[in-house]
Amino acid sequence: MMEGSVNASEPRVSLETRGLGIRFGGHVAVNAVSCAFRPGELTCIVGPNGAGKTTYFNLISGQLRPSEGSILLQGRDITAMPTSARALAGLGRAFQLTNLFPQLSVLENIRLVVQARRGFGFSLLSLWTSHRDAIAEAETCLERVSLQHRRDATAASLPHGDQRKLEVALLIALNPDVFLFDEPTAGMSIDEVPVILDLIREIKTDSSKTVLLVEHKMDVVRSLADRIIVLHNGTLLADGDPATVMESPIVHEAYLGMSAKEAAAIEQVAHD
Amino acid sequence: MTTHAPAPSFIRRLLSGDLPRSRILTVILIAIVVGLVVAPFLVPGARSLNTSAKILIFIALVASYDLLLGYTGIVSFAHTMFFGIGAYGIAIASTRMEPGWTALAVGTSCAILLSVILATVIGLFSLRVRAVFFAMITLAVATAFSTLMSQLSEWTGGEDGITFKMPTIFQPAYRLFEEPVLGIVINGRILSYYAILIAVVVLFLLMLRIANSPFGRVLQAIRENPFRTEAIGYRTVFYRTIASVISAVFATLAGVLMAIWLRYNGPDTTLSLEIMVDILLITVIGGMGTLYGAIVGSVVFMIAQTYLQDVMVLVSKASEHIPLVATLAHPDRWLLWLGLLFVLSIYYFPQGVVGSLRDRARGT
Repeated sequence: MMEGSVNASEPRVSLETRGLGIRFGGHVAVNAVSCAFRPGELTCIVGPNGAGKTTYFNLISGQLRPSEGSILLQGRDITAMPTSARALAGLGRAFQLTNLFPQLSVLENIRLVVQARRGFGFSLLSLWTSHRDAIAEAETCLERVSLQHRRDATAASLPHGDQRKLEVALLIALNPDVFLFDEPTAGMSIDEVPVILDLIREIKTDSSKTVLLVEHKMDVVRSLADRIIVLHNGTLLADGDPATVMESPIVHEAYLGMSAKEAAAIEQVAHD
Repeated sequence: MTTHAPAPSFIRRLLSGDLPRSRILTVILIAIVVGLVVAPFLVPGARSLNTSAKILIFIALVASYDLLLGYTGIVSFAHTMFFGIGAYGIAIASTRMEPGWTALAVGTSCAILLSVILATVIGLFSLRVRAVFFAMITLAVATAFSTLMSQLSEWTGGEDGITFKMPTIFQPAYRLFEEPVLGIVINGRILSYYAILIAVVVLFLLMLRIANSPFGRVLQAIRENPFRTEAIGYRTVFYRTIASVISAVFATLAGVLMAIWLRYNGPDTTLSLEIMVDILLITVIGGMGTLYGAIVGSVVFMIAQTYLQDVMVLVSKASEHIPLVATLAHPDRWLLWLGLLFVLSIYYFPQGVVGSLRDRARGT
């Protein structure tokens, strides 16, 4: 997407990838994906397994270096920036597999994020407990995901659903401009899913935030997405509002491998 | 916290809010500290004083290694190199210059400078890649350094090492008072001992502070999950490098204390791989990532190392008539028993003494 296509009436672009691609040996995992994302918009990234969704996220958040193309955050080229700098520049990522600090307390998991954002990690001679506002802020984040009763438990001792909540809490604590959620409800029980979705919905209401969401569950996509992009074999196959994307024949073709139930769900979205 | 009365706030401040968190551990630690303070009076004699001084120096040395291994999760084999740099700094400065306070200051500063440079270079070059690679690099550099020190015999005394003089008040012939105090002559040895004691207390409290600072918390995050630490905004390679530099500086200072105590330095006293293995063992036995483990571990280890042979002489004499037992209990086999002792303790207390006592206090 070129800057020329962004006219004055559209809100500014927060995150953009230009011809972004990565090859592993001969295999092209992500193939020249150009896409721009705007504040106040929640984009769902869908596609069959192995379509390159998580790899695309890894390129954006910096876990992988692209073979080609560039990434722009608020108009600034961040392609060469290390992961840690991207996080502080406003790009937050929640992981598909729960990725916490297992033996540290629930509160400490969040407090570390607050500390990173406030930038006092190199303070060697102050006591961590003396930075009270950071602790208070971490406690607020803890309340937002309703985990205050597990404040002092180790992250490893939490049940899976609570670990997913904590994962989201880390992102809330980082308070980035762009949120990357990689299957935030994976492995959660049915009754826990709405809690996570409500949290994402809450983030979405802030018009300054951009949300990217990789999701398999079509009902989740339907209830949250403002826009859907479809990746297939690493290539951007379709991009647009949910109804249009779901109707497009090319998408149906790409999804041929999926179950009848999911295909029906897509139909449902298309008719809504 | 429910197991004991709250500590007075000045002690809490002194310990950076990081209390022993176990009643048994508190009692053990108080006993050790009191024991080390009164040791010269309680068990007079050159040998016990020597053991006490070595315990003190190892507390500082092992605690500095714990910052790296236990807190940050970095395995380094170059820790004795930094220990040696400190000791050689004092040794070379005291032989090349007029022995005295200036030589001590110059030797210490040069040693710290060299350690900082080496630790920074090793860290930035190898801490961004796999942990195993870092361990290998440190082993290679430490071996090279050890060989270099043996080769530069004109400066270092080679394999024989060098003896040197200390400032007057640390010389054995020095007398602080005409009359003995509590039956003990306060000579330069006793004064060296107390100078080392004070230095170790300061170094230990400083390390405890660093471990409980925002920086120390990031180190623990790196140990737990380096990948996520980076993802939430910490440049892990810098934190790891700074941790290894801090650890190197404290090891260097421990080396300085060793040189002050022995008034001699050679490859076997500070640089050998054997000492590196001792440091590793003490860290694990005491309890990784606790710092207090360095205190308990050093005491257990040094006492075992010094007195196990004595005990075995007794056992061996008592079992003269039982053939196999007498052979196994021969004082020359003391390393075998020491080894067995460690295997058992690591098997039964993988958390180390401190970790196990804290688990007990928590009731898990």
